[in-house]
Amino acid sequence: MIPPRFDYTRPATLAEAVGILAADEDAKVLAGGQSLLPLLRFRLASPTSVVDLGAIAGLRGVADEGGHVRVGALTTHYEVVNDPLIAAHCGLLAQATRTVADPAVRHRGTIGGSMAHADPAGDLPAVALALAAEFLVTGPGGDRSVPAAEFFVDYLTTALEPGEVLTAIRIPKLDGWSFHYEKFSRTAQAWAIVGVAAAVRRVNGDITEARVGLTNMGTTPVRADSVESACRGIPAQADAIHEAARSADAEADPPSDLSAQADYRRHLARVLTGRALARAAGS
Amino acid sequence: MPNIRVTVDGVRYDDQVEARNLLVHYLREQLGKVGTPIGCDTSNCGACTVLLDGLSAKSCSVLAVQADGHDITTIEGLAADGRWHPLQRAFHEHHALQCGYCTPGMILAAIDLLRENPDPSDEEIREGLEGNLCRCTGYANIVAAVRAAAAEIRAAAAAPAPRASADPVPSAAAAAPSVEATP
Ligand SMILES: Cc1cc2nc3c(=O)[nH]c(=O)nc-3n(C[C@H](O)[C@H](O)[C@H](O)COP(=O)(O)OP(=O)(O)OC[C@H]3O[C@@H](n4cnc5c(N)ncnc54)[C@H](O)[C@@H]3O)c2cc1C
Ligand code: FES
Ligand code: FES
Repeated sequence: MIPPRFDYTRPATLAEAVGILAADEDAKVLAGGQSLLPLLRFRLASPTSVVDLGAIAGLRGVADEGGHVRVGALTTHYEVVNDPLIAAHCGLLAQATRTVADPAVRHRGTIGGSMAHADPAGDLPAVALALAAEFLVTGPGGDRSVPAAEFFVDYLTTALEPGEVLTAIRIPKLDGWSFHYEKFSRTAQAWAIVGVAAAVRRVNGDITEARVGLTNMGTTPVRADSVESACRGIPAQADAIHEAARSADAEADPPSDLSAQADYRRHLARVLTGRALARAAGS
Repeated sequence: MPNIRVTVDGVRYDDQVEARNLLVHYLREQLGKVGTPIGCDTSNCGACTVLLDGLSAKSCSVLAVQADGHDITTIEGLAADGRWHPLQRAFHEHHALQCGYCTPGMILAAIDLLRENPDPSDEEIREGLEGNLCRCTGYANIVAAVRAAAAEIRAAAAAPAPRASADPVPSAAAAAPSVEATP
């Protein structure tokens, strides 16, 4: 279908974008358009105005900021997958981004759009949560930073207030950790039925620290705290890891939908968490 | 209405477009480039794939205004010097199409794949084309066609003499699919 009518602006500065958004609560931000345009075509969204961030300098690209890597909100999935800084310091993000959609969607879709859209089936929010990323936001009231644990509020809902733009995501470097993103879906180019973002740190064959974020196990991404605790100090071996992963669904409240019932999702979360951690730990 | 300046298949256009117009609508309805079909409303099928500054993009998921200042290649811009692109020829020779509806998108997605990976395995071809659905040919011949075209392009790059045996383009509309796209 043809989208409904809207005004279109492509401001050159962030301040201008925030001004337009703050003055009109039915205005919508456009980044890569890979979620927004399908919504407009289905007429599930009918914004009065669409504010294209595409011309604003400084929202795109990856920078090394010492203890963390800063990824501009407008950085495309394609750029994330191919970026050497991300490969060196946030490999889990690159690996998960490689599973998003298909090459054409990855050329246009952005990391900021994926986070702001906050689809519980999206792959990147769980990664941001597991890596304890920080969300940098600019709005009418100025700049603020939101920890990942507070950014995802509900189904398709984030901590972004009206008029606010997500400008970047800061990801702490987990140098020396190993990681794996395990995605379960039935067909190519499909959303995750369940996904698991796992990272581990090992010393002398033992896991000293683990991070686990779950995709599509609730209305927001879920941090699997119980598994993280259960992993501390265990040998980096398959048996011990799968045992620890039995509590993977403890914090989750998974949905039942056409793809899977809640109990099946719980089963998947336990099995896939075991696999993701075992792959991450190289066992 | 916003003004846009775009280059499509090597030709510069200055046009007015409605903000809500999708790039695919602009290509088909304003420029008459009906070689790019629309196959879905969900951004899933890939039939509408074009190259935007050399990278594959689903033209149903880009606003025409977002293409302002950019370079677009559609299936209609691939044949050069009276000869089909090696991928067009390979799809023909390997029976990689039946109704042809998915073919323009498949070929442009395959060009993008070969740009990144000139010698892909069968699995890499399938992954590279995962955003393009074919509902009638099945994928085996499509994979074979891409493999064959990749080999031909690599051989041509190694020995850059023009191939005398290349098929001529039968008609200007040859690259367009044989069925009408839904509006
Ligand atoms: C066929 C298909 C398959 C897909 N499969 C997957 C998949 O497997 N996994 C997955 O994770 N995703 C998938 N996606 C979604 C994809 O990742 C999108 O790129 C992403 O969800 C949205 O990013 P975008 O830049 O295109 O955002 P847009 O579509 O431009 O925007 C999405 C939403 O976020 C808001 N927004 C965007 N940027 C900002 C910002 N900087 N500040 C404030 N608000 C903002 C917009 O207003 C809008 O509400 C798929 C999409 C398609 C079309
Ligand atoms: S028409 Fe564009 S993806 Fe189907
Ligand atoms: S040839 Fe008919 S859909 Fe692919």
